[in-house]
Amino acid sequence: MTDAATEPDKITGPTPDNALRAADKADDGPVLAADGRPLKQSLNRALRAQKLRALALIAPLLIFVLVSFIAPIGDMLFRSVENQIVRDTMPRTVAALADYDAAAGGVPRDEVFEAAYYDVFYAAERKLHTRLGSRLNYEQTGASSLFRKSGRGIDDIGEVYQDQFEDLNGDWDEARPWAELMGDPTWIAAQEGWDGSGRMPAFELRSDIADVLPRTAASYQIFARFMQTEEGDSPLEEEPWTVVHTALYQDLSEGDVSGYTGPRSDMLQAAAALVASPDFETIAFRDGLEEIDEDWVDPEIWQTIKTYSPSYTSGYFLNSVDMQKTPEGPALRDEDERIYGLLFQRTMFMSMVITISCILLGYPIAYLLSNLPSRTANLLMILVLLPFWTSLLVRTSAWKVMLQQQGVINDTLVWLGLVADDARLTMINNQFGTIVAMTHILLPFMILPMYSVMSTIPQTYVRAAKSLGATNWTTFWRVYFPQSIPGIGAGSILVFILSIGYYITPEIVGGTSGIFISNRIAYHISSSLNWGLAAALGTILLVVVLLLYWAYDRIVGIDNVKLGG
Amino acid sequence: MPDTSNSDAFVEFERVQKSYDGVQLVVKDLNLTMPKGEFLTMLGPSGSGKTTCLMMLAGFETATHGEIKLDGKPINNIPPHKRGIGMVFQNYALFPHMTIAENLSFPLEVRKIGKSDREAKVKRALDMVEMGAFGGRRPAQLSGGQQQRIALARALVFEPELVLMDEPLGALDKQLREKMQFEITHLAHRLGITVVYVTHDQTEALTMSDRVAVFDDGRIQQLAPPDELYEKPQNSFVAQFIGENNTLEGTIREIKGERCVVQLDDGGLIDAKPVNVSKVGERTRVSIRPERVEINKDRLQEGAHTLKAEVLEFVYMGDIFRTRLKVAGNDEFVIKTRNAPDQVRLEPGTQIDIGWLPDDCRALDASN
Repeated sequence: MTDAATEPDKITGPTPDNALRAADKADDGPVLAADGRPLKQSLNRALRAQKLRALALIAPLLIFVLVSFIAPIGDMLFRSVENQIVRDTMPRTVAALADYDAAAGGVPRDEVFEAAYYDVFYAAERKLHTRLGSRLNYEQTGASSLFRKSGRGIDDIGEVYQDQFEDLNGDWDEARPWAELMGDPTWIAAQEGWDGSGRMPAFELRSDIADVLPRTAASYQIFARFMQTEEGDSPLEEEPWTVVHTALYQDLSEGDVSGYTGPRSDMLQAAAALVASPDFETIAFRDGLEEIDEDWVDPEIWQTIKTYSPSYTSGYFLNSVDMQKTPEGPALRDEDERIYGLLFQRTMFMSMVITISCILLGYPIAYLLSNLPSRTANLLMILVLLPFWTSLLVRTSAWKVMLQQQGVINDTLVWLGLVADDARLTMINNQFGTIVAMTHILLPFMILPMYSVMSTIPQTYVRAAKSLGATNWTTFWRVYFPQSIPGIGAGSILVFILSIGYYITPEIVGGTSGIFISNRIAYHISSSLNWGLAAALGTILLVVVLLLYWAYDRIVGIDNVKLGG
Repeated sequence: MPDTSNSDAFVEFERVQKSYDGVQLVVKDLNLTMPKGEFLTMLGPSGSGKTTCLMMLAGFETATHGEIKLDGKPINNIPPHKRGIGMVFQNYALFPHMTIAENLSFPLEVRKIGKSDREAKVKRALDMVEMGAFGGRRPAQLSGGQQQRIALARALVFEPELVLMDEPLGALDKQLREKMQFEITHLAHRLGITVVYVTHDQTEALTMSDRVAVFDDGRIQQLAPPDELYEKPQNSFVAQFIGENNTLEGTIREIKGERCVVQLDDGGLIDAKPVNVSKVGERTRVSIRPERVEINKDRLQEGAHTLKAEVLEFVYMGDIFRTRLKVAGNDEFVIKTRNAPDQVRLEPGTQIDIGWLPDDCRALDASN
């Protein structure tokens, strides 16, 4: 019996052991559940309901985070490279500039001025030219006023032609004759019959007019559609823009309309004859634009438009690191225009100083708290948390009161005779003030994680070290301190990341030398409205934080970060 | 008891008192003398002051009054790290951020011992607890029993003459605990070290120690070798605390030298040995070990008193039978009989007579 039991092969009957062995051997197929389905599938089915329920539970938060956090960050990342405004507002100019060599500079071909005339005209009618001006102004000072001025003066060019056509025949400045010349008769009938309710019948060009007057037709169509959709006016009652007259002049001077026999052919033939006559006054687009603003004949604006014509640009990011896009490629800005590099450095440096001060001030307190009886510790913890419950603004303003030249500290020092009355210390509106106030504000964020880690370090480790012969210092340094590092790490990450993006305190007590990059971001968001640059700066900040996090993970290990027991 | 000026005393407590709050004494008048090489266990319920005594010896608590001497020198004012006492803690207290070898090397480093010496000593200590292959691991990677061995090795690696152990086996399971009990005693005797061992587990105390000090209420209730403690408890606390024990309450009727007669509260008379009772009429609590109760009348002395008992419950426990009886109004009276071929199994409900040798029945104080 004993022999047989030790040699399983000799047992022929079914034993539990044999059954298990058989089950182990049958691993050539998937394990099956009792109902014959693969076990994995059964398990998944059983877990699905659980997973769905879990998902339903987190759904509200998930949606909230998506809407309020992920989406804005995505939008910010997108804005930092997005640059469609140039292409959208000046499509003809961008196309005409395709073969313009920005690096070589120089004034572009006349076609470019022609395209720019049309683009600026349409943009001005849509009131988009100022926006483009502001956008380009980020890259080239003066662009904003150039576009503003051009928007006001762009009509001057077309009026040259409009006046002459009007002198020839008053109908050229009337709505109806133009509509008959350009519009499809069916559309005219429909537009006349429109009762003012519902949508206006969309303007249709007459079938062959685009062949005879291509520019004019295209220009009039833009005008008519704009009137219908944007202004809600009937093209039958609005005289066209001067840009249409300009287009008409171009068409008549280039093409032959003698074969045209459609509506208003007399009027058109007469106009063609006028254009052909030597007395007809013309104005080159280039000269016209130069008359509005001579910056148009400065190569710089064309270089800028060319450089920023792609839909996506690295320009914002280059700006945020004190570089700029030039025709020759990215280049560093002039010494006196560099600001962001300094700000980033200062933000990093001051955040580090704040973090270190928080460690130095917080560590002994956390140590004390974690080694006191819990009753006393809780009482002291309230003192630590008390500033937490006070408004951030109040605390920062309190520091202003404390630190200013006529403030409490200076008064005390003067009273004690340590500082002369005429040599009061400047402790506010500079880096010192920012560091002091922010260290105070962020200290609880350092103490709390340290405390929670330290309170999990058992007293016995210290006792063990002492019983092994270590002095108080050795015990602390070799045994206690290494175990408290996760708390320091957690607190440092928290404080550093918070301070790197801090805004209110530097704004109030920072003056000019104590402000952070975030203040600059806020400036671009709310004052200069350069959101693209703000987004690029914010993205860089985000990347820096992620890099630091990664570095911390590599050096210390993120598992070593403990925010609680 | 105060034979404190013993010349070969290695550890001495002299009239030591300790209070934490200034109101209550946790340790009341402790006097204890230990020769070199002894394995002494402090046994007692929680709150009895045993751990406080250990901590005072280690230097983590200061005595409120009295003197503690180590090898003839007072150590009250010597900080713990200068006492050179090895200590094993209840939860091992291995430094989690150091490897096993670093943990063992720590006490040698702080003693400024050279690197090669250190390595040799660490290796020897690890081999001693059969953990030589684990030097590179971290404490968290070891099982409880392995951590316990390392803690032991660490307490011994700097060759202290006195080692304190504070419930070192408390966290281990039963089997491992028994194994470690033997290993620790063997090691202690082999190395000739003096050990003060604190536990609340009386089996541990009995199996390991040369002498056991039973603590209660801040006092040593009895200090004796294990057999004496078990068989000759000096008071009813010790009798109750060590091993299983039956008690019957009554009044002393007669004392004649080593014998006395006790009248139980229901009127029955029994013979007993007076231990800490002195006069007739005094209340007493007599104590009888379950295995010393005799159910076979033939084995009793001539003229011995017997008591009527009713069998309430019979439990088969393998090597022994455990029978619960109702005796003199006490229905928690337990007797244990060996599972031998001729042993009777008592049926619940039957009436039997029980008795015992007078020496096994100790008349103790009625307090507690």
